[in-house]
Amino acid sequence: MAHAATAGAHDHDHDHKPGFIQRWLFSTNHKDIGTLYLIFAIIAGTIGGAISGIMRLELAQPGIQWLTFMTQGNVDQANHLWNVFITAHGLIMVFFTVMPAMIGGFGNWFVPIMIGAPDMAFPRMNNVSFWLLVPSFLLLCGSMFVEGPAGANGAGTGWTVYPPLSTSGHPGPAVDMAILSLHIAGASSILGAINFITTILNMRAPGMTLHKMPLFVWSVLVTAFLLLLSLPVLAGAITMLLTDRNFGTHFFTADGGGDPVLYQHLFWFFGHPEVYILILPGFGIVSQVVSTFSRKPVFGYLGMAYAMVAIGFIGFVVWAHHMFTVGLDVNTKMYFTAATMIIAVPTGIKIFSWIATMWGGSIRFDTPMLWAIGFIFMFTVGGVTGVLLSNGGVDTYFHDTYYVVAHFHYVLSLGAVFAIFAAWYYWFGKMFGKPYNELLGKLHFWVFFIGVNVLFFPMHFLGSDGMPRRIPDYPDAFAYWNQIASYGYAIMAVGMVFFFINLVVSLASRRKAEANPWGEGATTLEWTLSSPPPFHQFETLPVIK
Amino acid sequence: MRRRSMMMYSAVAMAASALSAVMAAAQEKVAAAPVPPVATTDVPAAVPALTAPSADFGMPRGGWDLQQPVTDIAVEAHNMINWVLNPVMAGVAIFVMILLAVTILRFRASANPVPSKTSHNTTIEVIWTVVPALILVGIAFPSFRLLANQYDPPKADITIKAIGHQWYWEYEYPDQGGFTYDSVMLTDAEAAKRGTPRLLDVDNRLVVPVGATVKVLTTAADVIHSFAMPAFYVKMDAVPGRINETWFKTDRPGVYFGQCSELCGTKHAYMPIAIEVLPKAQFEAWIAAKQKENGIAAKPAAAAAPADAAAPVAADAAAPAADAAAAAPAAK
Repeated sequence: MAHAATAGAHDHDHDHKPGFIQRWLFSTNHKDIGTLYLIFAIIAGTIGGAISGIMRLELAQPGIQWLTFMTQGNVDQANHLWNVFITAHGLIMVFFTVMPAMIGGFGNWFVPIMIGAPDMAFPRMNNVSFWLLVPSFLLLCGSMFVEGPAGANGAGTGWTVYPPLSTSGHPGPAVDMAILSLHIAGASSILGAINFITTILNMRAPGMTLHKMPLFVWSVLVTAFLLLLSLPVLAGAITMLLTDRNFGTHFFTADGGGDPVLYQHLFWFFGHPEVYILILPGFGIVSQVVSTFSRKPVFGYLGMAYAMVAIGFIGFVVWAHHMFTVGLDVNTKMYFTAATMIIAVPTGIKIFSWIATMWGGSIRFDTPMLWAIGFIFMFTVGGVTGVLLSNGGVDTYFHDTYYVVAHFHYVLSLGAVFAIFAAWYYWFGKMFGKPYNELLGKLHFWVFFIGVNVLFFPMHFLGSDGMPRRIPDYPDAFAYWNQIASYGYAIMAVGMVFFFINLVVSLASRRKAEANPWGEGATTLEWTLSSPPPFHQFETLPVIK
Repeated sequence: MRRRSMMMYSAVAMAASALSAVMAAAQEKVAAAPVPPVATTDVPAAVPALTAPSADFGMPRGGWDLQQPVTDIAVEAHNMINWVLNPVMAGVAIFVMILLAVTILRFRASANPVPSKTSHNTTIEVIWTVVPALILVGIAFPSFRLLANQYDPPKADITIKAIGHQWYWEYEYPDQGGFTYDSVMLTDAEAAKRGTPRLLDVDNRLVVPVGATVKVLTTAADVIHSFAMPAFYVKMDAVPGRINETWFKTDRPGVYFGQCSELCGTKHAYMPIAIEVLPKAQFEAWIAAKQKENGIAAKPAAAAAPADAAAPVAADAAAPAADAAAAAPAAK
């Protein structure tokens, strides 16, 4: 026993890392688990992005040209395949790309370091959280290859999985697999949320009060509470879906006394907080990056922190704005219109505070800052179209049109994803010990920025002209803007090539990253450590003044 | 029997849509030529012919603008978007963009090497909280008025029931003897022949009288669909086991196209809604023909006369709901 203890102490002295299997499969180290999450998100994001590439290819011109290649010319199966793709794209991007990257990846890596903790509160549970995602993702991918509706494979329900399309409309096991996938991903996220809340509330270094925590930690704390409170509702809803499908219950079938609209209420009670779960860590990341590269403390820190709390809180009471056309009564619509518009106030506080942080600063335009500035403007565009959509009265026009697709891609594809790339370049040297290539990083930004705008801005026009979502073929009047959007996808894809080249080139280089490449603006604790940080950091807790 | 023939019919439609590229070209040629009105097979020759669509109304125009509004509610919503929401959105976005640009130029490291240490300013924080809130209150007034107006229809002159099926619409005229018919998308070839846009026109359109308040009850037989007509600013989900109600009233005769707006399975993209708004006399002739076809004894003036219509509409409002309730256990 004494010998073992001595050996352990000896290991620590030399920053000894366990063997490969021990380190990466049975990992309990928050940094390694963070890296695993990032690798997972890159793989899933590539698959989700490739699926959207097939979708843009098909939509590039009217008619069905490409989907039929994948179904040996069977047009019905091709049309169903479209629905499978939109479902998979949505679920993969939400559950297996953005959430693992932001919360699992950057959250795991930097929340413990930023609060001066040696690791997460429950390291082994942390590992379980990650490894639950893998079977979950495999189940979702597998569902594409088993029968959904009669005579076709995969779940073509949309990521919302509304019954009765997901019950009587999909008798095959594909939807069961997708539901199980969501259950497991939900369990993974709930465990992760518990871990983050416990870590942040209990393991802050001496002097690190809640009101001194970096805003990224605040954002993950709020996000973790949203996960903890909303995911069980989703789990309940999809469990009812599962029993409706397999065990003869009638929660969502009218002929047994249930109600299909009940599912939508439950789903969106989860679904709306979920969209803030996707974007709040991005708010935190952008705050860190903007402050660092402006060489100024964040403007209005308390306002920023409590704006996120407010957004999280209001996020729970606006869900039915996703359901303005299901037949709500007028008072309900008025309430949800008003409540939804209120979200613009704390969001506005954040936008203006970021600009005020830059105002008076001495701004450097390194790659992470470009992504952060891109985020601020694009999120503003997505935000104002959100104000339009919040009006229940005009939603009889815009609901389920491409205008909505444009809106949520502006806040997610140009919001959350821009924040992820800002974080990626901001912390790349810190995480991997090697600096990224600045030129390739900037090329990635500019090409991607132009690409996504050409891709998503015309969707506002398509929606205004009345084009419905989720259709593989469209009336010929929509052809022009669809073609432009597909060109935008191609530009965006070229931008991603620079990302991967940068990844390979930078990791292969022999250069060593400095502990703090960003200078005096980088004030959070991760910059006090080496790059990469030691396997175990803060064995003596730092004291924050 | 009828349903099966419809399914086969739509399978044919599907196969044809694969040839869309060729058909689109063909259609352009046809559309350019003047289109003679075409009568469908199930409408006797004495009955008015189909209205030819107008490229400016009731269908997408391929630009970046909203479709033309043709009901009072649609005009109100359209004006709100163009005169309230769009200016506010553009204003805010441009304001933020200018602010960002000025900040980037003025405070770049080369222009401003020493950063300030300002991190608080209560006055400005209060301003950027209160001003957006006031702007939102300004938006809320017309928004609530629009909502209230949408839910305050005049007395209905006619009620129709739209029943969503995978993947076509079925329309029922409960006031006119309760006849029903299916409305299935035209194949590309048929649409080209009729000179109407691909994927938007149907074999049997929903026919309503001009200037009448039309109450639309929506429901569905299998999964959730959504009855949508952009030119009317109407979109109402058709939920199995539920009856939803919406309405419209247009003074402009013509034909209007919309598309199912809730993902409903494989052929979600191929169940459009086409509404033909006819002058009263023609509408009544159409109703008479339909009633004859369905063996219903014509009731004089049941259709579009507002005074007479009030009572049957009120009576009928409850009837479909009762129907659905009765049908539900039977379906199980």
